[in-house]
Amino acid sequence: MVGLEHYLILSAVLFSIGLYGALAKRNAIIILMSIELMLNAVNIAMVAFSRYIVPLMLTGQIFAIFVMVVAAAEVAVGLAIIIAIYRHRETIDATKIDLMKW
Amino acid sequence: MPSAMVWLIFLLPLFSFGIITLFFRPFLNDKPKLGGYITIAALLGSLGLSIWALFEVMAAPGHSIPVPDINWVVIEGGLTIHLGLILDSLTAVMLLVVIIVSLMVQIYSQGYMKGDPGYHRYYAAMSLFTASMLGLVLADNLLFVYVFWEMVGLCSYLLIGFWFHRPSAANAAKKAFIVTRLGDFGFLAAILLLYFNTGTFDIGQLHSLAIAGTLGGTVLTWAAIGIFAGAAGKSAQFPLHVWLPDAMEGPTPVSALIHAATMVAAGVFLVARTFPLFAHSMEAMTTVAVVGGFTAIFAATMGLVMTDIKRVLAYSTISQLGYMMLGLGTGGVAIGIFHLFNHAFFKALLFLGAGSVNHATGTFDMRKMGGLRRFMPWTYATFLIASISIAGIWPLAGFWSKDEILASALQAQPILFYLAMITVFMTAFYMFRVVFMTFGGDYRGGEEGHGKPHESPAVMVMPMVVLAVLAVVSGLWNVTGDFGALFGHGETHSFAAGFFGILTHALPWFSLILAGLGILLAYSIYSARWLSAERIGAMFKPLYTLFLHKYWLDELYENIIVKWVLLKGLFAAFQAVDSYGVDGAVNGLAKGVMAGGKALRRAHSGQLQLYGLFFGIGIIVIIACFYLFG
Repeated sequence: MVGLEHYLILSAVLFSIGLYGALAKRNAIIILMSIELMLNAVNIAMVAFSRYIVPLMLTGQIFAIFVMVVAAAEVAVGLAIIIAIYRHRETIDATKIDLMKW
Repeated sequence: MPSAMVWLIFLLPLFSFGIITLFFRPFLNDKPKLGGYITIAALLGSLGLSIWALFEVMAAPGHSIPVPDINWVVIEGGLTIHLGLILDSLTAVMLLVVIIVSLMVQIYSQGYMKGDPGYHRYYAAMSLFTASMLGLVLADNLLFVYVFWEMVGLCSYLLIGFWFHRPSAANAAKKAFIVTRLGDFGFLAAILLLYFNTGTFDIGQLHSLAIAGTLGGTVLTWAAIGIFAGAAGKSAQFPLHVWLPDAMEGPTPVSALIHAATMVAAGVFLVARTFPLFAHSMEAMTTVAVVGGFTAIFAATMGLVMTDIKRVLAYSTISQLGYMMLGLGTGGVAIGIFHLFNHAFFKALLFLGAGSVNHATGTFDMRKMGGLRRFMPWTYATFLIASISIAGIWPLAGFWSKDEILASALQAQPILFYLAMITVFMTAFYMFRVVFMTFGGDYRGGEEGHGKPHESPAVMVMPMVVLAVLAVVSGLWNVTGDFGALFGHGETHSFAAGFFGILTHALPWFSLILAGLGILLAYSIYSARWLSAERIGAMFKPLYTLFLHKYWLDELYENIIVKWVLLKGLFAAFQAVDSYGVDGAVNGLAKGVMAGGKALRRAHSGQLQLYGLFFGIGIIVIIACFYLFG
């Protein structure tokens, strides 16, 4: 029997992988993908909570749809920035993009 | 006597001050005489009221009339400050002294200040001074006393510097103000000390606390000494006496009123007003007596050699104030105040005489005078009477009060008694030196181009005659012991017993003989010329130089204390504390913040992921805290 905790563990694992990717990877595209992973981990958690705790209401699902919309918009902006940086500096290595220091 | 009348005593001169400043000075500047008239009218009103008050006080039980208080500052559950007046024997006597001398001086000033462009300003300041002095005498709590105390100081400043276009007058005014402020600091400290220990400013309550012994020990001693410091500043006692001789830069009637009769006596009055505080502290009483006794002889020595008539009188004033302090410190209120009462009349008269002489010759330098008795008989006669009175010759006023001071000094402080006896001799000598140099011999010129000397107008002579009468008779008040009885001191006896009975004692004879010797010495040097002043001066050259340079105290104060100790020492130290300590703290804080910022900005590496890491760690720490402590 698959219970709430299984979903939550899956969500936590996905979130951790995403966090690791966002903090540790150099490639900006992969960082963007890791962020997507974290957002989707949250979506899983919300849908699972909604299904198991208040099954008659669709609160979690509605939230998940909102998160997807925001994520899509964010990816559009994020990719545009990455392309702009690449055109300018010929790299998308996040450790080398350090203009905003000191 | 209705209490409104008591208030009017000091409000009348205040009104005349207001009217002169607000209406006469701006709108009627071309009619200068008005200022004098309104001041004199106000003082006549006050004189009537104060005579009324004196009779009421003499008749009242305990010689004191209660006057209801007005609340001035009320802080709920905290302090209440009353505006209150006190009307007892001390106040009544002082009122009379201040108003009579002030009235005579105002009448005299009409002649002396005639044609001066600052006539209105002069009378405004004189009115304000008289009002403040009367307020000082009437006030019943120390805070109120302090307010008037500073106001008389301010008026003294304004009037010493009346001819402010002369740098010497402006400097003298500054000096007087600053030196007396030094003493006033002690007075203020004493007021605060008393307030913190008793919670009251009321003089009557402080008296009863001191008498009951609730207020005692070191607190009482320090409070009394602080009050005495203020008194010493105002009354020009050693070592704060240096301002009074310089204060002679002011117009002579100002010197007569403020620097001879009233304001300088305010210090003596203050000690008398707070006398129970002194009486219950042996140390404070001794301090008062020693400072007074020392100042008396110290100032007299300088009076011996001055050639400026007003400066001789100034040193004489300091010396006589020393006598009053000695009387207070050894005898009590009655003895000190009795001398104050007599001294006010004859010393004011001496100053008015000096002013009259100046009016005639245009100078204060006695070496340029001489022979004036032929030109100005009235001035001569009145001046001579005052000189005999101050020298202490029986039966004039000065004799009666000086004798009592000497008698009480003999009992309490024998060493000071001998100093005081020497001072009696000196007093007689320097006063008659003035008389012989100014009025005796032949006329020696006066100021260049001043013309022939002449008697002063009647408006100046008349007040001098009135004061001369008082200088003869004012001492007779206590022949029967009535004055002392008013202060609860001694017992009364018949007039004849007092008048002649005094001569059956040995002490008055000693002082009379010493005074007589002083007069004789002055006569033999300055009139008969059996002895040459130059030869005697050469014989005592070191002493003569010491006295002439006023013990170099001015130089000590100005060059060493002010320029070195204060300017280069204390103030330089303050400057250093300010620029290195205070500024250093502020600048150091700013520099520290900047250095910290410089070090911390290295943390901003521009590595977005590092920020994210810290962000994550921060959240974990917050959550951990919630679990552990929340």
